[in-house]
Amino acid sequence: MAKSKPIVDTGIHFIDGNMACAEGAIAAGCRFVSGYPITPSTEVVEHMAKRFPEIGGMFIQMEDELAASICFQGAVWSGVKGMTVTSGPGFSLMMEHVGLAAALETPSVFVDVQRAGPSTGLPTAPAQQDMMQARWGSHGDYEIIALSPSSPQECFDYIVTCFNLSEKYRCPVFFMMDETVGHMHGKVKIPDASQIDVLERQNTTRPPGEYQPYKIYEGSVPEMVKVGMGHRIHITGLTHDEQGYPAMNADAQQTLVKRLCSKITDNVDDISIIKTENIDDSDVVVISYGITSRIAEYAVNTTREQGINAGTAQLVTIWPFNDRAMMEIASKTKNIIVAEMNLGQIVNEVRRAVGNAVPVHFLGNAGGRTISPELMIGKIREVTR
Amino acid sequence: MTEIKSHPVDGLLRTDRMPHIWCPGCGVGTSVNCFTRAIEKLEMDLDKLHVVSGIGCTGRVAGYINVDSFHTTHGRALAFATGLSLSRPDSKVVVYSGDGDIAAIGGNHLIHAARRNVDMTVICVNNYTYGMTGGQVTPTTPDKALASTTPFGNFEHTFNIPNLVAASGGTYVARWTVFHVRQLTRAMVSALKHPGFSFIEVLSPCPTLYMRRNKLGAAVNLMEYFKESAVIENGADTRTVALNEGKTVLGEFVNVRLPTLRESYEERMKEALGEKFVPYEGSK
Ligand code: SF4
Repeated sequence: MAKSKPIVDTGIHFIDGNMACAEGAIAAGCRFVSGYPITPSTEVVEHMAKRFPEIGGMFIQMEDELAASICFQGAVWSGVKGMTVTSGPGFSLMMEHVGLAAALETPSVFVDVQRAGPSTGLPTAPAQQDMMQARWGSHGDYEIIALSPSSPQECFDYIVTCFNLSEKYRCPVFFMMDETVGHMHGKVKIPDASQIDVLERQNTTRPPGEYQPYKIYEGSVPEMVKVGMGHRIHITGLTHDEQGYPAMNADAQQTLVKRLCSKITDNVDDISIIKTENIDDSDVVVISYGITSRIAEYAVNTTREQGINAGTAQLVTIWPFNDRAMMEIASKTKNIIVAEMNLGQIVNEVRRAVGNAVPVHFLGNAGGRTISPELMIGKIREVTR
Repeated sequence: MTEIKSHPVDGLLRTDRMPHIWCPGCGVGTSVNCFTRAIEKLEMDLDKLHVVSGIGCTGRVAGYINVDSFHTTHGRALAFATGLSLSRPDSKVVVYSGDGDIAAIGGNHLIHAARRNVDMTVICVNNYTYGMTGGQVTPTTPDKALASTTPFGNFEHTFNIPNLVAASGGTYVARWTVFHVRQLTRAMVSALKHPGFSFIEVLSPCPTLYMRRNKLGAAVNLMEYFKESAVIENGADTRTVALNEGKTVLGEFVNVRLPTLRESYEERMKEALGEKFVPYEGSK
């Protein structure tokens, strides 16, 4: 029998984004995945099902996405790192437990390999139509973190970031892939385990009696705990006090929900990753994310060769939305184009952030296909004419 | 001045959260009393007992038991508990919730948790109604009974929950009432000791909503009914235990030892992967 792969499969690989995502999660320390099959995300869990039994992890295929999105949270509270993986229709079902993760402050990673909707839509065809759902999909006020990768390499790199952020901020962290990135093959360099920055779970060191699960001792995030440490924790999706006990009054609601939001909104600079290129004194900057950023890179390079002073901004982090970074881009360019595979989601965030500073143009479609480089080149020409 | 007396099982309850939310005469508290006594009898290591609830009057149980406990979402406690149980092979995970939570919104999770024979104990308090939301019809509301959403009487067929769980693969299935406290406590002891999916349906009065609306009197009247209509049939074929007017079949219906989800998983992986298999041990 062939030898087992090492836990971190260091080396240069030619794999697709879904597999890179799975390997990245493993490298980040994820050892429990609950999922439900749905195209085009299924290869992620299929890969986990194969890999986990040899590295002491466990994958379980649940009866639906409602179950898949809470089962792993049970594992997380036992002390392990966990995640779930899905696509559009399954993402809709998971919203209940996005809210739960926000309320319980479960360090949790949700991967959404986006496909064209609404409803069953156009399975296996790409889209970026779930960006607002990621932000607002569950009821109530809360904040989440969402990253979007543009290549198989970024699938590996940034799923690790997702896990680290979920540990640091204890909130739902979304990995907003899309069908194209998920199924695109590319070179993926997996570094040596020692070279991968992994934030391990930090459980409280306070003894029972001196610890409250939702009290802020330092910083803006409560100290995590796991079952069996003697703290006799009670964790509830009801509005709760610092002890974790239900607190059925408006003051407790104000305190808790404001804290759930501010722990993210106060740390935008720490969370936000935005990659810019050639934005200084430019005539136009194309703002995009996910696979659309690859197209933007090509379109901008092509138009630059033709003498157009164009730049790019790739939003690796979509949520929390970095208004300040948008203002900075606006201050350095004459036009902004927001390109995304939907009929206008993040473009409205950009417009809100930059106000009237510069014209914000939109290039999108209803999903089902990526935005063609020709269309994007045309748009860049049009706005710089 | 009222003197506050202590209770023998105080240590197992979050006394700092008392008074609890349950109405006078409600059977949920009685079932909890049986549960704490079962824990005591078993001398369980409380660091290795975790209680998970869904939503509803019974769903509040997790908040009163003094162990690591989780109050999750409506119907999904079983799925949360599956992840927790798999990750804590040395712990006992208990799901404590009501009939609406477990048999209606959680029905899909119930059949699959039973099918997988996940190592957990489920205590399902059946009071024939949704208490927390004001007395709506549930899958267990008897024929013609009034509920706020069946103002002219229930017209749906009702679930025979033990049969559902047994047919789905549950390896320990019992039914008792909150009148039968000794038997219920003993059943809880057996269920907690049982490796695999153990399930107890606990018939219980909701005097505030179900009984008042159906003019069934006070809780004590239902207790009397439980006493008079009880027919104890251990090992009964669960197809015959549907709740009918005048006859309440109780007992331990199923008690078989089959591989738990974890055991089946490990056996399969050892066979397929041999030395390469590394068992999942959670975080320890
Ligand atoms: S409403 Fe019914 S079930 Fe709920 S606490 Fe009151 S008596 Fe018990």
